[in-house]
Parts: sequence; C-alpha cells; structure tokens
Amino acid sequence: MISITNVTKAFNLGSVNEVRALNGVDLEVKDGDFITIIGSNGAGKSTFLNAIAGTFPLDSGRIVLEDQDVTKWPEYKRAALIGRVFQDPLLGTCAGATIEQNLAMAMKRGQRRTLGIGIRARDRAFFKEKLAVLGLGLEERLKTSTGLLSGGQRQALTMLMATLVRPRLLLLDEHTAALDPKTGSMILELTEELVRSQNLTALMVTHNMNQAITLGNRLIMFHRGRIVLDIAGEEKRNLKVDDLLRRFSELRGDEGVSDRMLLC
Amino acid sequence: MTSYALFGALEQGFAYGLMVLGVYLTFRVLDFPDLTVDGSLPLGASVAAVVVTSGHSPVLAILLAGGAGFLAGAITGILNTKFKILHLLASILTMISLYSINLRIMGRPNMSLLGKDTVVDWFQAFSGLPSYVSTPILFAVICSVAVAALIWFLHTEKGFAFLATGDNKQMITSQGVNTDVVIIFGVGLSNALVAMSGALVAQNQGSADVNMGVGTIVAGLASVIVGETVFGDKTISRAFIAALLGSVLYRVAIALALGLKLGSFSFTPSDLNLITALLVIFALVMPRMKRRLLGGVR
Repeated sequence: MISITNVTKAFNLGSVNEVRALNGVDLEVKDGDFITIIGSNGAGKSTFLNAIAGTFPLDSGRIVLEDQDVTKWPEYKRAALIGRVFQDPLLGTCAGATIEQNLAMAMKRGQRRTLGIGIRARDRAFFKEKLAVLGLGLEERLKTSTGLLSGGQRQALTMLMATLVRPRLLLLDEHTAALDPKTGSMILELTEELVRSQNLTALMVTHNMNQAITLGNRLIMFHRGRIVLDIAGEEKRNLKVDDLLRRFSELRGDEGVSDRMLLC
Repeated sequence: MTSYALFGALEQGFAYGLMVLGVYLTFRVLDFPDLTVDGSLPLGASVAAVVVTSGHSPVLAILLAGGAGFLAGAITGILNTKFKILHLLASILTMISLYSINLRIMGRPNMSLLGKDTVVDWFQAFSGLPSYVSTPILFAVICSVAVAALIWFLHTEKGFAFLATGDNKQMITSQGVNTDVVIIFGVGLSNALVAMSGALVAQNQGSADVNMGVGTIVAGLASVIVGETVFGDKTISRAFIAALLGSVLYRVAIALALGLKLGSFSFTPSDLNLITALLVIFALVMPRMKRRLLGGVR
C-alpha cells in the first residue's frame, strides 16, 4: 500500500527557467497493482518516479510506503523498500565490477553491509540459478566484468538485481526505451514474469501506448505535472490505442500545438 | 647505479609505499582526486616527531599519525559531500589549513629526531642486518601488510560498496548505500595511510619538516601510473600490488635520472619535480602511442 498525497516539485523556482514538474499529485497504489504511466515529454512522469525514489526533497506533499512516512527519508534509505530500473542500461549496474559482484551488492539492498567476505560459494550457486532464468547464458560468466555486456544484457541483469531482494515497490522508468525492439520485448517479458511470480507492486513509465495498454492492471496519464487520466480494471482491459491518442490530442488541443504540427 | 643507490631507492619506494596506496584508493577506487595528501604527509611526520621526541613509542607515533591523517581526510570528505564543495577545491582547502596546523603541532618549521628511538633503529637492532638492508625490509613488510589488508577489505560486503561508489553512484545508492559516508570514510582511510607514510619517512630520515609534503600528490600519481603501466591493473588485488611496486620503480627511476651524466651536465635534486612531471606525461602518453602504432584497434 502506497499513498502519495499532494506532491509538488518545482525546479529553478523564481527564475526564467522555472518548471513546475509536479503540480499536486495524488495517487493511491494497492498491493499488487501494476500501473503503467504515460504522458508527453516534460509531463512529469520521470520526476514522479524520482520523487518516490527520493532523488530530491519535495516542495510539499507526503509519501507513505508500507505505513511508513518516507517523505523525509534520503534516497539510499528508501532503497530498502524500492527496486529501480532506469532508462539508461548503464545506470543500473557497476561496469567495473563482475556480474557476481553486482548481484552480491544487490543481495544486500536494505541490509547492513558487514566486513564478511562479499561472495561465498552458496551465493554463487544462488546467482547461477537466478541468472539461468534470463536465458542469456550469463550463469556461465559470473566473473565477467559487467562493462563487457551489451545494453540488453545489462538491463536484464538490472531487472534481476532490482528484484533479487523482493522490493515493496518496483520503479521502471522507460526501461526498454534505449534497447532495440527485440531486446526490449525480451526485457518486457522478463518484467511481466518477475512481477507476476513475486506478486510485485510496480510503476512503469512508457512512451509505448501498446505497452501501456497491454501491461498492468491500471493506467495513468500525466499532463503538466498532474494526473489527468486514471483507468483501471474492466475499462483498462477494453482500452484501445486510438482512445488514448484521442485523449492525448484533446489535452494538446488547449495548447494549440499538436504532435502532427510539430512533426510537419 | 651502485647497489647502495639501489637499496636507497628501495627504501624510499617502500617508505612512500603507504602514501601511494592511499593515492590509489582515492584516485582510482573512489574516483576522488584528492590533494589533501600534500598536507597529510607532513601532518603524519609532525605528529610522529612530537610523539617520539616527547619520549613515547615510535609505533604509537605511527598509529597517532594515522589517526590524524584520517581526520584530515574525513574533513575533505565532509567539505565535499555535506557542503558540496568541488572535490579538488575541498582537498586544497584542507591541504592549506594543514600547513598552519603542522606548524602548530611542532611549534616550529622542522624537528629533529636524532638520538631518539625509531622503528628503523628497533628493527635494525632486532634483525642484526646493516641499516641499508634492514630498513627496506621493514618498510616492505609494513607495506605488504597494508596491501593485504586493503585487498581483503575490498573483497568484503563493505568493500564492494567502496568500489561501486567510485564507479556508479546512482547504482549503489539504489542498492541502499549512503555514498557520502563511503567517501568520508574512504578519503579518511586514504589520508591515514599517507600520514603513516609521513611518520615512517620522518623516522627514517630523522626529521620532520612542514615543507616535506610539496609534490607528494605528483609523486604518488606518478607511482600509480608507472605501476599500472608496467604491472597492469586487471583485478583490484593486482592493481594494489602494482601501485606498491610502482612506488619502488618510480624511486629507482628517479635515482637513475639523478645519476645520469651527459658530458658536463647532470641532474640535481632540484630537477626532481620536472623529472616527475615528465615521467607522468610519458606514462600517460605511452598507452595512446602504443595503440596508434598498433593501428586503430581499441
């Protein structure tokens, strides 16, 4: 159970570059919800995920995760409850460390790190078992430096790391956008599989309408730092891409500029 | 080069070995260019000089020097992480303050340790070897213990967080590590090593001087680069051993350069900074040149 109340955040307040990125956002997320988030560029989607992760302090509002008010918690402390996968496949893993070292670091998320040896024999067996699920052959390359992997392999590893310790909330920020279509759909399948098997609560930002409709049980749309659309259950299942595009253009209409005009 | 000069170079290389390990820890592991070392080396020497001349144990002197160095490094870390001062500037501020602090500690610009008990004398008496042999051995043993401890540490759970902090802050923060604490502790640890190196140098040369730290960072960096170039840095264990051997190799190279005679021209110790700078440039350019000569392969 996650409740987000009246969250606001502005950048460069008082200057010509002032951006009201989040403008009073409210959201109640039930356990097991898999919510897809859409919206045009600059609508506040990524800022919203970063606000939950604790990347910056809020201007106002409250975030409650699992009955704990985490509004004032720094990012590293919230990490105990949150798993994250970023758009940039290089951000989620440590390039200079080996695959097994990365997994060992992820296994300690939210726990005290000790002066005990970082990787033991039984950890290796566990890592191999987990990596085999990816079907990328990484289980045979435990001692390979992560920097030598492809973007898709690194993103798959990041997915695994984010869920190695079951997170109370999984944040996915356009995590397939930087990958080729085939790798992207592989990561998406992996996402579905992990969310389903661990019964995770997840928020996923995407620019792909099709993904937004087919995945998850709820869909929200951001516009100018606000949630303007919230569709769940039966209504979401019957949703078509055309419906969403129409909603988009309605919103754009009041700005007098459409995607079509921008593309001409 | 005479064997006497070679032993001298070994002695210097291992005496400054702890300093080079400290520089490696900040520059390469934490990706934190730290100039505090120019101040923490004489800090260690000053503390050691005061402790030894007041009649206390020279081992205690080294430990206290390490403690003082840790504090100095931690202050640089705090200036950087808590007050958001650029790492280079933060370290320069600490380094400059240490100049005044070192003068306060000794009460004068330099201090002699002649006639006082030092670890160097102890070990010579214990081993029964001539001092030009016993001293390099003693320092090599101390450095080896430090290398082993560092390698062990970087293979622990906490050590992994260290490696990741210098590599990908976002990643390790998302895994629940407070990188501010890692940086404060890491820069502290690095300067503890540097200050202990200063304490060894002071006990070896029989004096401490506020100006003895000038150019420490360049010598440290030169040693790190020489070590990496010659011995490689494929794994973290190998990299630390390479850094230590780089320190020795660097001092041998300096000794060779000082012994060089071209007609009536010969180098003097005052040319040391120039030679060091040229050595660093050479070591930095060499991998690039090698790549170019081998063709466009990367």
